[in-house]
Amino acid sequence: MRRAGIMVALCLWPAAAHAHLVSTGFGAFYDGVAHLVLTPQDWLVVVAMGLLAGLCGRRAARASLVVFPMAWFAGGIAGAALAPVSTPAIATAPSILVVGILVAFDRKLTPTVVVVLSCLAGLLHGFINGATMNVSGRMWLALLGASTVVFACTTLLAAMVVSLRARWTRVMIRVAGSWIAATGILLLGWLLRGVR
Amino acid sequence: MRRTPLTFVILLALLAWPMAAGAHQETGSATGFLSGLHHPVSGWDHILAMVAVGLWGAQLGAPAVWALPVAFPMVMALGGALGLMGIALPGVEIGIAFSAMVLGTMVLGKVRPPLWVAGAIVGFFAIFHGHAHGTELPPNASAIMYSIGFVVGTGLLHAVGITIGLVQRWKPGDFVLRAAGFVVTAGGVYFLWAALR
Repeated sequence: MRRAGIMVALCLWPAAAHAHLVSTGFGAFYDGVAHLVLTPQDWLVVVAMGLLAGLCGRRAARASLVVFPMAWFAGGIAGAALAPVSTPAIATAPSILVVGILVAFDRKLTPTVVVVLSCLAGLLHGFINGATMNVSGRMWLALLGASTVVFACTTLLAAMVVSLRARWTRVMIRVAGSWIAATGILLLGWLLRGVR
Repeated sequence: MRRTPLTFVILLALLAWPMAAGAHQETGSATGFLSGLHHPVSGWDHILAMVAVGLWGAQLGAPAVWALPVAFPMVMALGGALGLMGIALPGVEIGIAFSAMVLGTMVLGKVRPPLWVAGAIVGFFAIFHGHAHGTELPPNASAIMYSIGFVVGTGLLHAVGITIGLVQRWKPGDFVLRAAGFVVTAGGVYFLWAALR
């Protein structure tokens, strides 16, 4: 009788409501992956950071690919803890602009500077992710998904850039950096104008 | 293919298939990107000037061949941002027409100024082009995707110019390149006439 009572109690135990729609249908981790892939403000800075880390050499690239995703995750947790918090869309434009310009000008930065930049960019974009992501399941899992994409993209891009030897390939990276910086400038213009 | 009555029926059905009406205004990221990508190629004044930047860069060789296409999008975006913010710039259309004239003349005359002078000329005209794009933003487009498309479209036009500029490796190529410069200059004169009309 007692066992039956426990069974009934367990069956009636309220579960999480999951009122929000699952975007991907594969759970919170993939929602986080999809969120990052479908947010240009985020993947632009990931691409720019990967290119910059690669341009600055092996040591900087190795440090960045650890720090950047971890900072993204930590920023996301902080953002989720403070949510709902108003994060102005304009906040992402300067990071895209700064990292893009550094790639365009091919500045040889020390690993410490690259780590600091990775940390700042990761914390900022992660924070906005955490504060704005509408996830049906566990937020930390979604942030883990987003951070995994950050890690994978940074690793692939930085490794590719580090391995480049021909001069023209480095020029192509710089052109890509100038395009990213130009997008950042335009985004700043859009946002100062008050459009989305 | 053996044509049977069934084939004709299928073909007829395909021909009669109703197309989407497309009456609603399109919105969203894809539209924003495509609008931005299309914008730099929507006017011959822009096309000629952007291609001329690539032609001149190719003619000047390294480092101008990559320095100009690296500098141009950033300065153009600055002009675009001014346009987006509603900051007026006088004589935009005249500036754009002059850009085609001047850049075309540089290619035609095979002018080789110092890199900073070439950069200053290209950067000065980039402001006008960016401003024109910035003030002609489409409604309901995604800001970031429009910006990406717009920058990529401009960069690809530079790439077209640089690719055409590769003809100078061959002896008649030098003449072809200078003839292209003449075409750009002539286009600039026409657009200046149209702007002043």
